[in-house]
Amino acid sequence: MSKPWDQVTWQEIEIGGVLTEPGSARAYRTGDWRSMYPVWDKLRCIKCGVCWTVCPEAGISEEPDGYFDMNDYCKGCGICAKECVTGCIRMLPEEG
Amino acid sequence: MGHRVGMEVSIAVSHAVQLARAEAIAAYPITPQTHIVEHLSSLVANGELEAEFVTVESEHSAMSASIGSAATGARTYTATSSQGLALMHEILFIASGMRLPIVMTVANRALSAPLNIWNDHGDIMAEKDIGWIQIFVENGQESFDHSVMAFKIAENHQVLLPTIINMDGFILTHVVEPLEMLDQETVDKFLPPLVPYLKLDTKKPVTMGAFAMPELYTETKMAHQMALTNSYDHILEVWREWGALTGRQYKPVEKYRTEGAKVLLLLMGSLAEVAEVAVDEMREAGQAVGLIKPRLWRPFPFKDLREAVAGADLVIVCDRALSLGGGAHPVMAEVRSALYPLAKRPQVLGYAVGLGGRDVQPQVFKDMVSHALNEIKQGPTEEFYLVGVRG
Repeated sequence: MSKPWDQVTWQEIEIGGVLTEPGSARAYRTGDWRSMYPVWDKLRCIKCGVCWTVCPEAGISEEPDGYFDMNDYCKGCGICAKECVTGCIRMLPEEG
Repeated sequence: MGHRVGMEVSIAVSHAVQLARAEAIAAYPITPQTHIVEHLSSLVANGELEAEFVTVESEHSAMSASIGSAATGARTYTATSSQGLALMHEILFIASGMRLPIVMTVANRALSAPLNIWNDHGDIMAEKDIGWIQIFVENGQESFDHSVMAFKIAENHQVLLPTIINMDGFILTHVVEPLEMLDQETVDKFLPPLVPYLKLDTKKPVTMGAFAMPELYTETKMAHQMALTNSYDHILEVWREWGALTGRQYKPVEKYRTEGAKVLLLLMGSLAEVAEVAVDEMREAGQAVGLIKPRLWRPFPFKDLREAVAGADLVIVCDRALSLGGGAHPVMAEVRSALYPLAKRPQVLGYAVGLGGRDVQPQVFKDMVSHALNEIKQGPTEEFYLVGVRG
């Protein structure tokens, strides 16, 4: 659906709410309601990928330089910070 | 084209499903629906019906499997009753919300407790808001006819809604009636193979049953409401076609001896035939009493009902289900609500009859009419009347 959701009329909804195009989950950034977010201290990160492995929501992506960062699906649960081998991840509050 | 047979109505319904060439049946046996699915199971086992018969472990699974099957584009049938229908409850909304054209027979039966296997409409009235097309039949021929027609209605791409045929448990399911069966060639011509609107297909993948955010949920409900409301025209179109084919023409609200009637009885299902006897006797005695029988329960035929009661002073609604703690039982609530906006409207009194298989003789309707006429003279004393209750 190309239109923003809050502009779609009832006549425009596919019968039965069927989605005929793949990838609709990509359009829904499920991390937008998080209250905390993780921040990596690259000086202490050893690129081991434990954070990426333990994230239950695929909310962490590997960057081209081999470090890790959160993506739009991070809900701020903090499991990565808890499990980080070197303790390089801090959880900070979302502002505003 | 057709031939006349004497047959148990359940068996006739299973033959209707066979003639409709159902491709998938998922059902769990429950009295009084049992004979329908038992016979279908035999037809499949004997190779007389080429279909997948899924013996599920509950009605919740029966409806779930039906959804899966209909989603692949297979013509899907199931049947249930009472507690079985109640167990399907949450899945029924999903079938209609996903707009899957499943056809289901409900052999209407009372709900527990106390345990009671006999006929009333308590089961389906608890499911009146599930968003399915719902039709009531009153005899064996109608059971057969509507079981075939339901597929054509449900599968129409302008409709795409699951459809329930309500037939009274035991009173219809377990009696032998004379009826006209159509032959395969005629049914094939009337009902072509199902053409799925969208289906689960690895070559053209789609997502069915996705979620909707608050920004979209209201719009999906409106789309469903409009589909159900607009299905009315397509239902009538199928009924007209059947009428031309068989000579049996069905209407959303059937009338019996309503000419000049000041008092109208209103009820759905097989009990209407008993009420017809009472109407005949009252007419002979000079009373201007008629009978109206809504056949189409969902979508509710507002216009037809308003036309049917136009000349009447009093409408006596006979419900076969209760809305405990409420002021009006399901059919009466619907009828009153439909008539309330009219400038000139008849009085509407509600009577609950024939609960849990309680026998209803013609005299019951005659007494009801006298009682109701007396009540409106003095002003109704009760919100509703429970007919024949002792104590």
